Amino acid sequence: MVKEIERAGIPVAHMCTVVPISVTVGANRIVPTVAIPYPLGDPNLPPGDEKELRHKLVRSALKALCTEVEEQTVF
Amino acid sequence: MRIVHYLNQFYAGVGGEDKADHPPEKRDGFAGPGMAINAALGGTGEIVGTVFCGDGYFNENLEEASEKVLAMIKSYAPDIVVVGPGFNAGRYGMACGMVAKLADENLHIPVVGGLYAENPGLEIYKRHAYFVPVGDSAASMRKAVPDMVAVIKKIIAREEVTEGFFEKGLRKNYFSPVRGSRRAVDMLLKKIAGEKFVTEYPMPVFDRVTPPAAVKDMRTARIALVSSGGPVPKGNPDRIESSSASKFGRYSLADITDFTPENGETAHGGYDPVYANLDLDRVLPVDVVKELVAAGEIGSLHDYWYATVGNGTSVANSKKFAADIALRLKEDNVSCVILTST
Repeated sequence: MVKEIERAGIPVAHMCTVVPISVTVGANRIVPTVAIPYPLGDPNLPPGDEKELRHKLVRSALKALCTEVEEQTVF
Repeated sequence: MRIVHYLNQFYAGVGGEDKADHPPEKRDGFAGPGMAINAALGGTGEIVGTVFCGDGYFNENLEEASEKVLAMIKSYAPDIVVVGPGFNAGRYGMACGMVAKLADENLHIPVVGGLYAENPGLEIYKRHAYFVPVGDSAASMRKAVPDMVAVIKKIIAREEVTEGFFEKGLRKNYFSPVRGSRRAVDMLLKKIAGEKFVTEYPMPVFDRVTPPAAVKDMRTARIALVSSGGPVPKGNPDRIESSSASKFGRYSLADITDFTPENGETAHGGYDPVYANLDLDRVLPVDVVKELVAAGEIGSLHDYWYATVGNGTSVANSKKFAADIALRLKEDNVSCVILTST
Protein backbone atom coordinates (compact mmCIF):
# COMPACT_ATOMS: atom_id res chain seq x y z
CA MET A 1 0.00 0.00 0.00
CA VAL A 2 2.85 2.34 0.91
CA LYS A 3 4.41 1.86 -2.50
CA GLU A 4 1.22 2.49 -4.48
CA ILE A 5 0.66 5.78 -2.64
CA GLU A 6 4.28 6.78 -3.16
CA ARG A 7 4.03 5.86 -6.84
CA ALA A 8 1.50 8.70 -7.05
CA GLY A 9 4.21 11.02 -5.74
CA ILE A 10 2.90 11.39 -2.18
CA PRO A 11 5.53 10.69 0.51
CA VAL A 12 4.45 8.14 3.13
CA ALA A 13 5.76 7.55 6.65
CA HIS A 14 5.14 3.87 7.36
CA MET A 15 4.56 3.40 11.08
CA CYS A 16 4.80 -0.29 11.92
CA THR A 17 6.16 -2.71 14.47
CA VAL A 18 7.58 -5.48 12.27
CA VAL A 19 10.23 -3.39 10.52
CA PRO A 20 11.71 -6.30 8.46
CA ILE A 21 8.38 -6.71 6.67
CA SER A 22 8.25 -3.00 5.89
CA VAL A 23 11.79 -3.18 4.53
CA THR A 24 10.95 -6.27 2.44
CA VAL A 25 7.88 -4.70 0.87
CA GLY A 26 9.79 -1.52 0.05
CA ALA A 27 8.67 1.35 2.30
CA ASN A 28 11.08 4.29 2.08
CA ARG A 29 10.42 6.17 5.32
CA ILE A 30 9.94 3.68 8.14
CA VAL A 31 9.08 4.64 11.72
CA PRO A 32 9.26 1.69 14.17
CA THR A 33 6.35 1.49 16.61
CA VAL A 34 5.49 -0.20 19.91
CA ALA A 35 3.67 -3.54 19.36
CA ILE A 36 1.48 -5.28 16.80
CA PRO A 37 -1.88 -4.79 18.63
CA TYR A 38 -1.04 -1.22 19.71
CA PRO A 39 1.54 0.34 17.39
CA LEU A 40 0.90 3.89 18.62
CA GLY A 41 0.22 3.34 22.29
CA ASP A 42 1.01 1.26 25.31
CA PRO A 43 -1.82 0.15 27.59
CA ASN A 44 0.73 -0.52 30.34
CA LEU A 45 1.45 3.20 30.70
CA PRO A 46 -0.68 5.75 32.56
CA PRO A 47 -2.88 7.63 30.02
CA GLY A 48 -0.77 10.81 30.14
CA ASP A 49 2.47 8.95 29.46
CA GLU A 50 0.83 6.93 26.71
CA LYS A 51 -0.27 10.10 24.92
CA GLU A 52 3.24 11.54 25.31
CA LEU A 53 4.61 8.38 23.70
CA ARG A 54 2.17 8.78 20.79
CA HIS A 55 3.20 12.43 20.42
CA LYS A 56 6.82 11.35 20.19
CA LEU A 57 6.07 8.69 17.56
CA VAL A 58 3.95 11.04 15.40
CA ARG A 59 6.66 13.69 15.60
CA SER A 60 9.17 11.08 14.32
CA ALA A 61 6.83 10.42 11.40
CA LEU A 62 6.57 14.16 10.65
CA LYS A 63 10.34 14.42 10.78
CA ALA A 64 10.62 11.46 8.40
CA LEU A 65 8.21 13.11 5.97
CA CYS A 66 10.26 16.31 6.04
CA THR A 67 13.56 14.46 5.46
CA GLU A 68 14.86 13.86 1.95
CA VAL A 69 15.87 10.21 1.56
CA GLU A 70 17.72 8.49 -1.27
CA GLU A 71 17.03 4.97 -0.07
CA GLN A 72 14.95 3.03 2.45
CA THR A 73 15.50 4.66 5.82
CA VAL A 74 14.47 3.58 9.30
CA PHE A 75 13.93 6.63 11.53
CA MET B 1 14.26 -43.70 -3.23
CA ARG B 2 12.71 -43.11 0.17
CA ILE B 3 10.56 -40.02 0.51
CA VAL B 4 9.13 -38.40 3.63
CA HIS B 5 6.20 -36.06 3.15
CA TYR B 6 5.40 -33.12 5.47
CA LEU B 7 1.76 -31.97 5.75
CA ASN B 8 -0.30 -29.77 8.06
CA GLN B 9 -3.16 -31.08 10.18
CA PHE B 10 -5.72 -30.33 7.48
CA TYR B 11 -4.12 -32.25 4.62
CA ALA B 12 -3.19 -35.09 6.97
CA GLY B 13 -6.90 -35.49 7.67
CA VAL B 14 -6.78 -34.56 11.36
CA GLY B 15 -9.07 -31.52 11.13
CA GLY B 16 -9.36 -27.83 10.28
CA GLU B 17 -8.60 -24.66 12.24
CA ASP B 18 -9.98 -26.30 15.40
CA LYS B 19 -7.09 -28.79 15.21
CA ALA B 20 -4.40 -26.19 14.38
CA ASP B 21 -2.83 -26.86 17.79
CA HIS B 22 -2.16 -30.53 16.95
CA PRO B 23 1.44 -31.44 17.93
CA PRO B 24 3.82 -33.18 15.49
CA GLU B 25 2.96 -36.77 14.62
CA LYS B 26 4.12 -39.35 12.09
CA ARG B 27 2.45 -42.12 10.17
CA ASP B 28 3.93 -44.78 7.89
CA GLY B 29 3.13 -44.41 4.20
CA PHE B 30 1.34 -41.59 2.43
CA ALA B 31 -1.61 -39.42 3.46
CA GLY B 32 -3.77 -36.78 1.75
CA PRO B 33 -2.09 -35.34 -1.35
CA GLY B 34 0.71 -37.87 -0.81
CA MET B 35 -1.52 -40.49 -2.39
CA ALA B 36 -1.50 -38.73 -5.78
CA ILE B 37 2.22 -37.91 -5.51
CA ASN B 38 3.08 -41.51 -4.70
CA ALA B 39 0.97 -42.80 -7.60
CA ALA B 40 2.50 -40.32 -10.06
CA LEU B 41 6.01 -41.46 -9.10
CA GLY B 42 5.10 -44.82 -10.61
CA GLY B 43 7.36 -46.85 -8.38
CA THR B 44 10.51 -44.77 -8.98
CA GLY B 45 10.22 -43.48 -5.44
CA GLU B 46 8.00 -44.15 -2.47
CA ILE B 47 6.55 -42.07 0.31
CA VAL B 48 7.62 -44.18 3.26
CA GLY B 49 6.33 -41.84 5.94
CA THR B 50 4.21 -38.76 6.51
CA VAL B 51 5.03 -36.23 9.24
CA PHE B 52 2.38 -33.67 10.10
CA CYS B 53 1.73 -30.90 12.57
CA GLY B 54 -0.94 -28.28 13.25
CA ASP B 55 -0.09 -24.95 11.62
CA GLY B 56 -0.74 -23.03 14.82
CA TYR B 57 1.33 -25.43 16.89
CA PHE B 58 4.28 -25.28 14.50
CA ASN B 59 4.42 -21.48 14.35
CA GLU B 60 3.85 -20.89 18.05
CA ASN B 61 6.26 -23.61 19.25
CA LEU B 62 8.85 -23.24 16.53
CA GLU B 63 11.83 -24.64 18.39
CA GLU B 64 10.12 -27.65 19.93
CA ALA B 65 8.10 -28.44 16.80
CA SER B 66 11.23 -28.21 14.63
CA GLU B 67 13.12 -30.59 16.87
CA LYS B 68 10.32 -33.15 16.92
CA VAL B 69 9.54 -32.92 13.20
CA LEU B 70 13.21 -33.29 12.31
CA ALA B 71 13.55 -36.40 14.52
CA MET B 72 10.43 -37.92 12.95
CA ILE B 73 11.69 -37.25 9.42
CA LYS B 74 15.07 -38.67 10.33
CA SER B 75 13.50 -41.86 11.69
CA TYR B 76 12.51 -42.84 8.14
CA ALA B 77 16.06 -42.31 6.76
CA PRO B 78 14.74 -40.52 3.66
CA ASP B 79 16.60 -39.59 0.47
CA ILE B 80 14.18 -36.78 -0.36
CA VAL B 81 11.76 -34.66 1.68
CA VAL B 82 8.58 -33.31 0.13
CA VAL B 83 6.65 -30.45 1.78
CA GLY B 84 3.13 -29.34 1.01
CA PRO B 85 1.96 -28.04 -1.42
CA GLY B 86 1.18 -25.13 0.90
CA PHE B 87 -0.48 -22.87 -1.73
CA ASN B 88 -1.00 -19.38 -0.23
CA ALA B 89 -1.60 -20.51 3.35
CA GLY B 90 0.60 -18.24 5.48
CA ARG B 91 1.34 -20.42 8.50
CA TYR B 92 1.47 -23.66 6.45
CA GLY B 93 3.87 -21.99 4.01
CA MET B 94 6.11 -20.90 6.90
CA ALA B 95 6.03 -24.46 8.30
CA CYS B 96 6.85 -25.97 4.87
CA GLY B 97 9.75 -23.52 4.57
CA MET B 98 11.06 -24.29 8.04
CA VAL B 99 10.86 -28.05 7.43
CA ALA B 100 12.77 -27.52 4.16
CA LYS B 101 15.45 -25.62 6.06
CA LEU B 102 15.71 -28.36 8.70
CA ALA B 103 16.11 -31.13 6.11
CA ASP B 104 18.52 -29.08 4.01
CA GLU B 105 20.79 -28.03 6.87
CA ASN B 106 20.66 -31.14 9.05
CA LEU B 107 20.12 -34.06 6.70
CA HIS B 108 21.68 -32.50 3.58
CA ILE B 109 19.08 -34.05 1.32
CA PRO B 110 17.04 -32.40 -1.46
CA VAL B 111 13.65 -30.93 -0.60
CA VAL B 112 10.77 -30.37 -3.00
CA GLY B 113 7.78 -28.21 -2.12
CA GLY B 114 4.94 -26.29 -3.69
CA LEU B 115 4.10 -22.69 -2.76
CA TYR B 116 2.19 -19.80 -4.25
CA ALA B 117 4.43 -16.93 -5.39
CA GLU B 118 3.12 -14.58 -2.64
CA ASN B 119 3.42 -17.04 0.24
CA PRO B 120 5.71 -15.34 2.81
CA GLY B 121 7.37 -18.71 3.49
CA LEU B 122 8.75 -18.70 -0.05
CA GLU B 123 10.65 -15.42 0.25
CA ILE B 124 12.23 -16.50 3.53
CA TYR B 125 13.05 -20.16 2.83
CA LYS B 126 13.38 -20.47 -0.97
CA ARG B 127 17.09 -21.24 -0.82
CA HIS B 128 16.39 -24.50 1.03
CA ALA B 129 14.15 -26.28 -1.45
CA TYR B 130 12.98 -26.66 -5.00
CA PHE B 131 9.73 -24.78 -4.47
CA VAL B 132 7.48 -25.41 -7.43
CA PRO B 133 5.08 -22.56 -8.34
CA VAL B 134 1.52 -23.63 -7.47
CA GLY B 135 -1.84 -21.85 -7.37
CA ASP B 136 -3.11 -19.91 -4.37
CA SER B 137 -5.56 -22.55 -3.16
CA ALA B 138 -6.18 -26.29 -3.03
CA ALA B 139 -8.34 -25.89 -6.15
CA SER B 140 -5.07 -26.08 -8.10
CA MET B 141 -3.98 -29.37 -6.50
CA ARG B 142 -4.43 -31.28 -9.76
CA LYS B 143 -1.83 -29.12 -11.45
CA ALA B 144 0.43 -28.83 -8.40
CA VAL B 145 0.99 -32.57 -8.02
CA PRO B 146 2.37 -33.32 -11.53
CA ASP B 147 4.52 -30.16 -11.42
CA MET B 148 6.05 -31.23 -8.11
CA VAL B 149 6.44 -34.83 -9.25
CA ALA B 150 8.32 -33.67 -12.38
CA VAL B 151 11.00 -32.15 -10.13
CA ILE B 152 11.04 -35.15 -7.74
CA LYS B 153 11.56 -37.50 -10.71
CA LYS B 154 14.54 -35.46 -11.92
CA ILE B 155 16.14 -35.78 -8.51
CA ILE B 156 15.45 -39.52 -8.40
CA ALA B 157 17.03 -39.89 -11.86
CA ARG B 158 20.02 -37.89 -10.54
CA GLU B 159 19.53 -35.35 -13.27
CA GLU B 160 20.18 -31.67 -12.72
CA VAL B 161 16.98 -29.78 -11.92
CA THR B 162 17.11 -26.69 -14.11
CA GLU B 163 13.52 -25.53 -14.35
CA GLY B 164 10.07 -25.72 -12.85
CA PHE B 165 10.92 -24.15 -9.50
CA PHE B 166 11.42 -20.70 -7.96
CA GLU B 167 15.04 -19.59 -8.15
CA LYS B 168 16.83 -20.41 -4.94
CA GLY B 169 19.07 -17.38 -5.11
CA LEU B 170 22.23 -19.45 -4.67
CA ARG B 171 25.42 -18.83 -6.64
CA LYS B 172 27.25 -21.84 -8.03
CA ASN B 173 30.94 -21.81 -8.97
CA TYR B 174 32.16 -23.46 -12.15
CA PHE B 175 35.20 -23.37 -14.41
CA SER B 176 34.69 -21.84 -17.83
CA PRO B 177 37.05 -22.51 -20.73
CA VAL B 178 36.59 -18.90 -21.86
CA ARG B 179 37.86 -16.19 -19.56
CA GLY B 180 35.62 -13.50 -18.13
CA SER B 181 36.86 -10.54 -20.16
CA ARG B 182 36.24 -12.46 -23.38
CA ARG B 183 32.74 -13.50 -22.31
CA ALA B 184 31.90 -9.93 -21.32
CA VAL B 185 33.05 -8.52 -24.66
CA ASP B 186 31.14 -11.24 -26.52
CA MET B 187 28.01 -10.27 -24.65
CA LEU B 188 28.57 -6.60 -25.39
CA LEU B 189 29.06 -7.29 -29.11
CA LYS B 190 25.83 -9.27 -29.19
CA LYS B 191 24.03 -6.49 -27.41
CA ILE B 192 25.34 -3.90 -29.87
CA ALA B 193 24.31 -6.13 -32.78
CA GLY B 194 20.84 -6.40 -31.29
CA GLU B 195 21.25 -10.15 -30.79
CA LYS B 196 20.05 -12.17 -27.84
CA PHE B 197 22.47 -12.85 -25.02
CA VAL B 198 22.24 -14.41 -21.60
CA THR B 199 23.63 -12.47 -18.67
CA GLU B 200 25.79 -14.37 -16.19
CA TYR B 201 24.66 -12.22 -13.33
CA PRO B 202 20.98 -11.39 -13.46
CA MET B 203 20.09 -8.42 -11.29
CA PRO B 204 17.54 -9.22 -8.59
CA VAL B 205 14.12 -7.82 -9.37
CA PHE B 206 13.00 -5.44 -6.64
CA ASP B 207 9.76 -3.62 -7.01
CA ARG B 208 11.00 -0.40 -5.55
CA VAL B 209 9.59 3.10 -5.74
CA THR B 210 11.93 6.09 -5.75
CA PRO B 211 11.26 8.00 -2.53
CA PRO B 212 9.06 11.02 -3.31
CA ALA B 213 10.49 14.41 -2.35
CA ALA B 214 10.17 15.37 1.30
CA VAL B 215 7.57 17.82 2.57
CA LYS B 216 9.12 21.30 2.49
CA ASP B 217 7.10 22.84 5.29
CA MET B 218 4.87 20.75 7.55
CA ARG B 219 3.12 23.94 8.75
CA THR B 220 1.44 24.27 5.35
CA ALA B 221 1.17 20.56 4.52
CA ARG B 222 -2.06 18.57 4.29
CA ILE B 223 -1.60 15.21 5.95
CA ALA B 224 -3.82 12.14 5.56
CA LEU B 225 -4.10 9.06 7.75
CA VAL B 226 -4.25 5.62 6.14
CA SER B 227 -4.06 2.23 7.86
CA SER B 228 -3.92 -1.48 7.13
CA GLY B 229 -4.67 -2.17 10.79
CA GLY B 230 -8.43 -2.12 10.27
CA PRO B 231 -9.42 1.07 12.16
CA VAL B 232 -13.11 1.68 11.38
CA PRO B 233 -16.00 3.60 12.94
CA LYS B 234 -17.80 1.68 15.71
CA GLY B 235 -19.91 -1.07 14.15
CA ASN B 236 -17.70 -1.47 11.04
CA PRO B 237 -20.30 0.10 8.70
CA ASP B 238 -18.74 -1.29 5.49
CA ARG B 239 -18.28 -4.73 7.04
CA ILE B 240 -14.61 -4.89 6.08
CA GLU B 241 -13.58 -8.53 6.48
CA SER B 242 -11.33 -9.49 9.42
CA SER B 243 -9.03 -11.28 6.96
CA SER B 244 -8.52 -11.34 3.18
CA ALA B 245 -10.22 -7.95 2.89
CA SER B 246 -12.11 -7.35 -0.35
CA LYS B 247 -12.45 -3.59 0.16
CA PHE B 248 -11.25 -0.48 1.94
CA GLY B 249 -13.27 2.21 3.70
CA ARG B 250 -13.22 6.02 3.69
CA TYR B 251 -14.42 7.62 6.91
CA SER B 252 -15.04 11.19 8.04
CA LEU B 253 -12.92 12.73 10.78
CA ALA B 254 -15.22 15.75 11.10
CA ASP B 255 -16.75 14.67 14.41
CA ILE B 256 -13.80 12.81 15.90
CA THR B 257 -11.05 14.49 17.90
CA ASP B 258 -10.30 11.52 20.08
CA PHE B 259 -11.20 7.84 19.72
CA THR B 260 -13.19 6.21 22.50
CA PRO B 261 -14.77 2.74 22.87
CA GLU B 262 -17.97 4.40 21.55
CA ASN B 263 -16.74 5.78 18.22
CA GLY B 264 -14.09 3.43 16.89
CA GLU B 265 -12.94 -0.19 16.71
CA THR B 266 -10.68 -2.43 14.68
CA ALA B 267 -11.96 -4.84 12.02
CA HIS B 268 -8.59 -6.64 11.90
CA GLY B 269 -8.46 -10.34 12.77
CA GLY B 270 -5.39 -12.24 13.84
CA TYR B 271 -4.32 -9.99 16.70
CA ASP B 272 -5.93 -9.24 20.06
CA PRO B 273 -8.32 -6.33 19.31
CA VAL B 274 -8.92 -5.35 22.95
CA TYR B 275 -6.39 -2.47 23.05
CA ALA B 276 -7.48 -0.98 19.72
CA ASN B 277 -11.17 -1.23 20.61
CA LEU B 278 -10.62 0.61 23.90
CA ASP B 279 -8.69 3.44 22.26
CA LEU B 280 -8.32 3.39 18.46
CA ASP B 281 -5.81 6.26 18.64
CA ARG B 282 -3.37 3.42 19.38
CA VAL B 283 -3.76 2.38 15.72
CA LEU B 284 -4.73 5.68 14.08
CA PRO B 285 -3.29 8.66 16.02
CA VAL B 286 -6.15 11.10 15.39
CA ASP B 287 -5.99 12.73 18.84
CA VAL B 288 -2.34 13.68 18.55
CA VAL B 289 -2.49 14.76 14.90
CA LYS B 290 -5.49 17.03 15.58
CA GLU B 291 -3.59 18.60 18.51
CA LEU B 292 -0.58 19.22 16.29
CA VAL B 293 -2.83 20.84 13.67
CA ALA B 294 -4.37 23.07 16.36
CA ALA B 295 -0.88 24.00 17.54
CA GLY B 296 0.06 24.98 13.99
CA GLU B 297 2.76 22.33 13.62
CA ILE B 298 0.83 20.61 10.81
CA GLY B 299 -1.00 22.65 8.14
CA SER B 300 -4.15 20.55 8.08
CA LEU B 301 -5.50 17.04 8.47
CA HIS B 302 -7.39 15.57 5.54
CA ASP B 303 -11.10 15.23 6.40
CA TYR B 304 -11.19 11.49 5.79
CA TRP B 305 -9.16 8.49 6.82
CA TYR B 306 -8.77 5.37 4.71
CA ALA B 307 -8.63 1.91 6.19
CA THR B 308 -8.47 -1.74 5.25
CA VAL B 309 -7.41 -4.99 6.90
CA GLY B 310 -3.97 -6.30 5.99
CA ASN B 311 -4.52 -9.78 7.48
CA GLY B 312 -4.11 -12.34 4.67
CA THR B 313 -5.08 -9.76 2.07
CA SER B 314 -3.48 -10.48 -1.30
CA VAL B 315 -0.78 -8.25 -2.70
CA ALA B 316 -2.96 -7.70 -5.77
CA ASN B 317 -5.88 -6.42 -3.68
CA SER B 318 -3.65 -4.24 -1.50
CA LYS B 319 -2.18 -2.67 -4.63
CA LYS B 320 -5.62 -2.09 -6.09
CA PHE B 321 -6.95 -0.49 -2.88
CA ALA B 322 -3.91 1.74 -2.45
CA ALA B 323 -3.83 2.85 -6.09
CA ASP B 324 -7.47 3.91 -5.71
CA ILE B 325 -6.75 5.62 -2.38
CA ALA B 326 -3.73 7.41 -3.89
CA LEU B 327 -5.86 8.77 -6.73
CA ARG B 328 -8.39 10.19 -4.27
CA LEU B 329 -5.67 11.66 -2.05
CA LYS B 330 -4.16 13.35 -5.09
CA GLU B 331 -7.53 14.84 -6.05
CA ASP B 332 -7.90 16.17 -2.52
CA ASN B 333 -4.44 17.78 -2.62
CA VAL B 334 -3.00 15.70 0.18
CA SER B 335 0.74 16.35 0.46
CA CYS B 336 1.83 13.49 2.72
CA VAL B 337 0.55 10.36 4.46
CA ILE B 338 1.06 8.55 7.72
CA LEU B 339 0.28 4.88 7.08
CA THR B 340 0.02 2.66 10.13
CA SER B 341 0.23 -1.15 10.12
CA THR B 342 -0.45 -3.62 12.88
